[in-house]
Amino acid sequence: MSWFASLQGARPLFAKEVLRFWKVAAQTVGAPVLTAVLYLLIFGHVLENHVQVYPGVGYTAFLVPGLVMMSVLQNAFANSSSSLIQSKITGNLVFVLLTPLSHRAWFLAYVGASLVRGLIVGAGVWLATLVFAAPQMAQPLWALTFAVLGGCLLGSLGLIAGLWADKFDQMAAFQNFVILPMTFLSGVFYSVHSLPDFWHGVSRLNPFFYLIDGFRRGFFGQSDVSPWLSLAVVASVACAVAAVALHLLKTGYKIRH
Amino acid sequence: MNAISFQQVAKTFTSAGREVRALQGVSFDIAEGEFFGLLGPNGAGKTTLISILAGLSRATSGRVTVQGHDVVDDYAAARRALGVVPQELVFDPFFSVRETLRIQSAYFGLRRNDDWIDELLAHLGLSDKAEANMRQLSGGMKRRVLVAQALVHRPPVIVLDEPTAGVDVELRQTLWQFIAKLNKDGHTVLLTTHYLGEAEALCHRIGMLKLGQLVALDRTSALLAGTASTMLRFKTDAPLPPALAAKARITGRIVQLPAHDAGEVEHALAALREAGCAIEDLEMGRADLEDIFLAIMQGRLTPPPPAPMPGAGIASAGGVATRGVTA
Repeated sequence: MSWFASLQGARPLFAKEVLRFWKVAAQTVGAPVLTAVLYLLIFGHVLENHVQVYPGVGYTAFLVPGLVMMSVLQNAFANSSSSLIQSKITGNLVFVLLTPLSHRAWFLAYVGASLVRGLIVGAGVWLATLVFAAPQMAQPLWALTFAVLGGCLLGSLGLIAGLWADKFDQMAAFQNFVILPMTFLSGVFYSVHSLPDFWHGVSRLNPFFYLIDGFRRGFFGQSDVSPWLSLAVVASVACAVAAVALHLLKTGYKIRH
Repeated sequence: MNAISFQQVAKTFTSAGREVRALQGVSFDIAEGEFFGLLGPNGAGKTTLISILAGLSRATSGRVTVQGHDVVDDYAAARRALGVVPQELVFDPFFSVRETLRIQSAYFGLRRNDDWIDELLAHLGLSDKAEANMRQLSGGMKRRVLVAQALVHRPPVIVLDEPTAGVDVELRQTLWQFIAKLNKDGHTVLLTTHYLGEAEALCHRIGMLKLGQLVALDRTSALLAGTASTMLRFKTDAPLPPALAAKARITGRIVQLPAHDAGEVEHALAALREAGCAIEDLEMGRADLEDIFLAIMQGRLTPPPPAPMPGAGIASAGGVATRGVTA
């Protein structure tokens, strides 16, 4: 089945996945927006007058793109991973397994819905922060590019985690010990230039750093590394993760026995 | 062309470090329009076989086709032709009954399917629950929605994996009337059930699995006639003599003993009298499918070896199915 046919086939599953999170929007959209705004209020209040990362950019304004991107990433991951593991554990994944949908259609639907949730939450955080300190977007195309790539990357990663995990605690471990540290250590709250050399080097190995840095470029027109380098790194990682997710879906890993 | 064809299907997996041979080269065909019953005790391999047919599981070896479409190589066409009612009572708690059926229709490329959805809801007694969330439904109602979900894309081949397990009499009757109507309209039905009375009443042909092997495959009437057996039924509170107990089917106080002729009846009654067993409500009757099933599963009866079904078509004339099965 071609990618175009898969795209057609993915529509109903995509629509169902979007409807699924939208039905509980207070939990899937409202709560993460509130969390991000609380981060902004607290860190902004404490650090606004003590830290200036970029010349002429206040700390609260610096924080906004990082928080928006963090919300995109975490919610994109949460959408595909929680949907899959819930469906696996409750058994209702059988309704999708019985359909003629190809593995590509599954991929497009789950990742597409993850991206939509990530972007909605990200936009919600950005709109909420407009009240406080949202900076103007200097290069919005970079911001959009990295938001979309980040949503796709984390949606694919969520798909892999959802297929792999057999229990909710395994999923929580993946989220708490992989996704959360990688997000927090990517420069959401700081510029990696402020780190000691060793940790600066370690940060460069974290693909989330390039997502945040590239996204921030869209706001301030300046970043820690070239946005083209970030684009190359992120696109490569996203392709690799997508290839793994597609392979697992094709072989029916843990879903077709 | 057969509706379903199983060819040398084997499934082996490892459980707790032990190799389990769930299916050992199972082969049989189900003709278009047939109502086929697949019976066997728990663990015989029925659900494994159906899972392979539905693409939920993969055979270790062998081939399965639905209307000629290989369930692995041509899975999309095979699944379009198949409607499966799973054994587990599963549902998606986020949606109402109508949303669930619309979503399931859309998976099969059907966007404007509300007329058929309404018809399904009416036939299954769900019309007044259409807008209710799945979580609000009773177990029986959820089971009805499972049936509707399996039929929402009008599949020519319907698979029901123990659809009446734990449901009330009303649903059973509603369901069987509807499924029988679909079968009369030309749909092929593959049923697994533990209610052998249902299988006897509904199925044209029966296959029996035991430990992953097909041990019987014949027309239901031929299976029943094949034993040419009558049963001696009576009630007693006393323990049976060991020789009789070994071949008896005991349900509470009711005892059923196979008795092929008058001599065997006399022999059984003499043995009961000798053992001092007081009996009541004595009657003679023909063996039913449950007797045959138990006799085969306990190794007391060896049916003719299962044979393939070349050209075993079901010629449907005026809605009445006439079988020409050579099993």
